[in-house]
Amino acid sequence: MSTLVYVEQHDGEAQRASLGVLSKASSLGGEVSAVVLGERAKDVAAGLGEFGAATSFAAETQALSAPLPQARVDALTGLVAERQFENVLFASTVLTADVAAGLSNRLQAGLNWGLIDVRSDGGQLVGTQPALGDSVYVDVGWTTTPRLALFRTGVFDPQSSGVSASVVEFEPTASEWSAAAVLVDREQAVSEGPAIEEADVIVAGGRGLGAPEHFSLVEALAEELGGAVGATRAVVDAGWYPYATQVGQTGKTVTPKLYIACGISGAIQHKVGMQNSSVIVAINKDKNAPIFDYCDFGVVGDVHEVVPKLTELIKQQKGA
Amino acid sequence: MRLDRSGEGALNLGDTNAIESALRIKEAGAEAEVVLVSMGPTDAINALRKGLAMGADRAVLVSDEGAAGSDIVATGGVLAAALAREAPELTLFGQQSADSDGAVLWAAIADRLEQPLISQATSLDLADGKATVKRQTEYGYDVIEAPLPCVIAVSDGINEPRYPSLKGIMSAKKKPQETLSLDEIGVAAESAGAAGSRTEVRALHDPPPRGDSQIIDGDGESAAKLLAFLTEKKLV
Repeated sequence: MSTLVYVEQHDGEAQRASLGVLSKASSLGGEVSAVVLGERAKDVAAGLGEFGAATSFAAETQALSAPLPQARVDALTGLVAERQFENVLFASTVLTADVAAGLSNRLQAGLNWGLIDVRSDGGQLVGTQPALGDSVYVDVGWTTTPRLALFRTGVFDPQSSGVSASVVEFEPTASEWSAAAVLVDREQAVSEGPAIEEADVIVAGGRGLGAPEHFSLVEALAEELGGAVGATRAVVDAGWYPYATQVGQTGKTVTPKLYIACGISGAIQHKVGMQNSSVIVAINKDKNAPIFDYCDFGVVGDVHEVVPKLTELIKQQKGA
Repeated sequence: MRLDRSGEGALNLGDTNAIESALRIKEAGAEAEVVLVSMGPTDAINALRKGLAMGADRAVLVSDEGAAGSDIVATGGVLAAALAREAPELTLFGQQSADSDGAVLWAAIADRLEQPLISQATSLDLADGKATVKRQTEYGYDVIEAPLPCVIAVSDGINEPRYPSLKGIMSAKKKPQETLSLDEIGVAAESAGAAGSRTEVRALHDPPPRGDSQIIDGDGESAAKLLAFLTEKKLV
């Protein structure tokens, strides 16, 4: 079995979820390669042996410098065709989802997405895909090769195996129409304080807080628990809290030991960013909020009363 | 084996954002026709009618027994054929729920049509034959330009979709609504449905239990009960 793992990088750093998929691929056995595209791809590729790649392919052509999907589809098409990979695996991000789906069409190859696991079952690859709001787990397979798989972000932890990878540079050919979309500007989010991806405890606030100044309640609880503060897209869009704290599909994916959602309804866009937290606590006055379907402990109540009271009680308990 | 994801035939929330974007382009003075294109069972026309009630001009539904159970490769082929027949200058997709069938479809279709693609659009401006889009990613915002025709998938943060007015609901019934077979859009039977698919459903399982979850009503004691829970879990 030969497997290629697409490793997404941002400013010369391999995305952690991609490294997790690489480690998972390595545990399945067979010949495992990785591919990195864009500026500084060679530097990133050199470090991938540690996570299970025997060979790391890297391309740094101009067409790949902007984080846009279609030139990446061109590059992968050539590589997969030339090397005859049987499996091509991706960790889901805004960019990689578009790359994987584009490649699926280009190669007319089956793509299973939203996977949380994969196993080899008598030589057949079988993926686990939660469906219908995670109410059912589907075993999915592929009827042809190459098999393309897109995993939910953060479902596998990177494992260091300590092998070194040989880096192979390649020059992909780009199709003309792939270069039609161009990046004209970027606004990068700047992180302040502890990175929420690393925090053991996250206290997050949503629109249910009612006003930006009520984030002080969330901050006070986070401080008492030694945790970081997260926010939903709705409140980031409204300018209540910085983008770097956004948890969800277009924000950070977090897996803390404790996630406390304050005034957050828990729509799918938020859920995908925090559902792998060990313990989820929700405080929301709307008893029909979706978050109550997947939390471990829920309080149907007013965040403005419950949160400060909890902060106060924790302070007392610590002082006792 | 096939998992029925067709739901209740409601218009997907994300699709209402895409329809809203299209209507705003038209209302801003563009000489445009807003056409809704979908693939699904025959009652999916009810969902499209809600889009017509919002203000779209006509609807095209590809509905064929032979298309049931299509995966991304097969669905992409069918929808691309339906879109090629319309030859729009701009194809908009709405954001789908992350576990739904359509969550990655736009990129497959853009590739099939050989058109530029921009996803996660939180703003969209059209001028001088090109689209300028602000795309939201994990790292911030990217501003991306693409010439028309192109494919754009809008985020559900791009706008607040309107509700259909009573007048809109009444007039929706009279708007052109076409239901087409695979044959009528020129897609061969072996390219659609299970035959045209490259993935399969092998088995269904119950998800592992998440453990007992407790939901309590907020009263004077709820913070104390929550603290007791956190203490028991050794989280404080």
